[in-house]
Amino acid sequence: MPHDHSDHPHSLLPPDPALRIKALETLLTRKGLVDPAALDAIIDTYETKIGPQNGAHVVARAWSDPAFKAALLEDATAVVRALGYYGRQGEHMVVVENTEDVHNMVVCTLCSCYPWPLLGIPPGWYKSDAYRARAVRAPRAVLAEFGVTLPRETAVRVWDSTAEVRYLVLPQRPDGTEGLDETALKGLVTRDSMIGTALARRPDGAAAP
Amino acid sequence: MTRMHDMGGRYGDGPVIPEPEGVLFDAEWHKRALAVTLAAGAHGAWNIDVSRHARERLSPADYGRFSYYEKWMAALADLLVEADLVSRTELAEGAQADAAPVPTTLTADRVAAVLAAGGPATRPSDVPQLFHACDAVRTRKIAANVLVDGGHTRLPAYAAGVTGRILRCHGTHLLPDSSAHRLGDAAEPLYAVAVRAVELWSHPEHPEDEVVLDLWQSYLEPA
Repeated sequence: MPHDHSDHPHSLLPPDPALRIKALETLLTRKGLVDPAALDAIIDTYETKIGPQNGAHVVARAWSDPAFKAALLEDATAVVRALGYYGRQGEHMVVVENTEDVHNMVVCTLCSCYPWPLLGIPPGWYKSDAYRARAVRAPRAVLAEFGVTLPRETAVRVWDSTAEVRYLVLPQRPDGTEGLDETALKGLVTRDSMIGTALARRPDGAAAP
Repeated sequence: MTRMHDMGGRYGDGPVIPEPEGVLFDAEWHKRALAVTLAAGAHGAWNIDVSRHARERLSPADYGRFSYYEKWMAALADLLVEADLVSRTELAEGAQADAAPVPTTLTADRVAAVLAAGGPATRPSDVPQLFHACDAVRTRKIAANVLVDGGHTRLPAYAAGVTGRILRCHGTHLLPDSSAHRLGDAAEPLYAVAVRAVELWSHPEHPEDEVVLDLWQSYLEPA
């Protein structure tokens, strides 16, 4: 029933990965199962239209607008959908807030689940064996590899994305940003800070303490 | 026993190597592998759980030696043959002739709408919600699919047989253990369950740390 074979069909493809995908794409295109223009449109979508700038918009708005933040933490799916951020791999959203007491960090130990409409395609390290294996058991050691050291008083809460719920971290608003508007704040929100492996930038360019 | 993909807590992988913000793809072919996989999925010949299971049931040797997108490609090739969309001969030798697009082929003008539409996993269910926030629960002793031997499940081995507490209920979601094997949606309540690091690891980094997993009601019992 789980279809374990010793002769997987994929072994019929060329050994070089670039040639392997070329062979698959050519085969599917010639059979009318794939439209090459659609492939270009998919790549363009995730290279230019859907990426961490979407999540940064949400975070900067939450830092600026307490009512928005309260609604976001209550029902993120509805709130981000109203901003136009919805779709594949972002159908069920939960936003988790970093505080002095709790630092949140997101992983998918079983594959690479990630909130695509808000952050785009996951970075290579997020999909790596090292991150998937270690984020749950040694999150503080992983954070150190990203240059982040948390106070002992701060607990770490790691979210393992085992279902179709996708998690976005709301980083702490850095000190010294009281006078900044939403656009300026957005520039301080990094991709990694919304995964929880970094803190938001400070206006002077340093990572927040 | 679980499979190679179930690596949470595993030792021996070395440090995580961060990359600069903005790096999306390490090679040009990665883009094509992503796009071909998404486009092929548009035919509806498999669901996300079937495709996850296709990656997980690569042989351990292949799972270990393949890079991320190589796993995607290998699983895609296997799914295409299983779905009779391509033959083994075509995989080895290429298409024998050119064919016109079939009606389900994703066209460029529909890409934005298809990606924006998504595919929600919530489904109506008659299964009553047994647990509520703060309830203590214990996870299934063995991280395995109870419907299919060696089948797909989303209970990681590191979180099997542990005690945690319910943080919230996410509503009723289709059960991957069923849908990955085309046995129906079998929707049931899904919960965020917090488990303390001291419950999971022999050498936890900090006594207050915890891991939260999304777990289906049938993975849980009262504790």
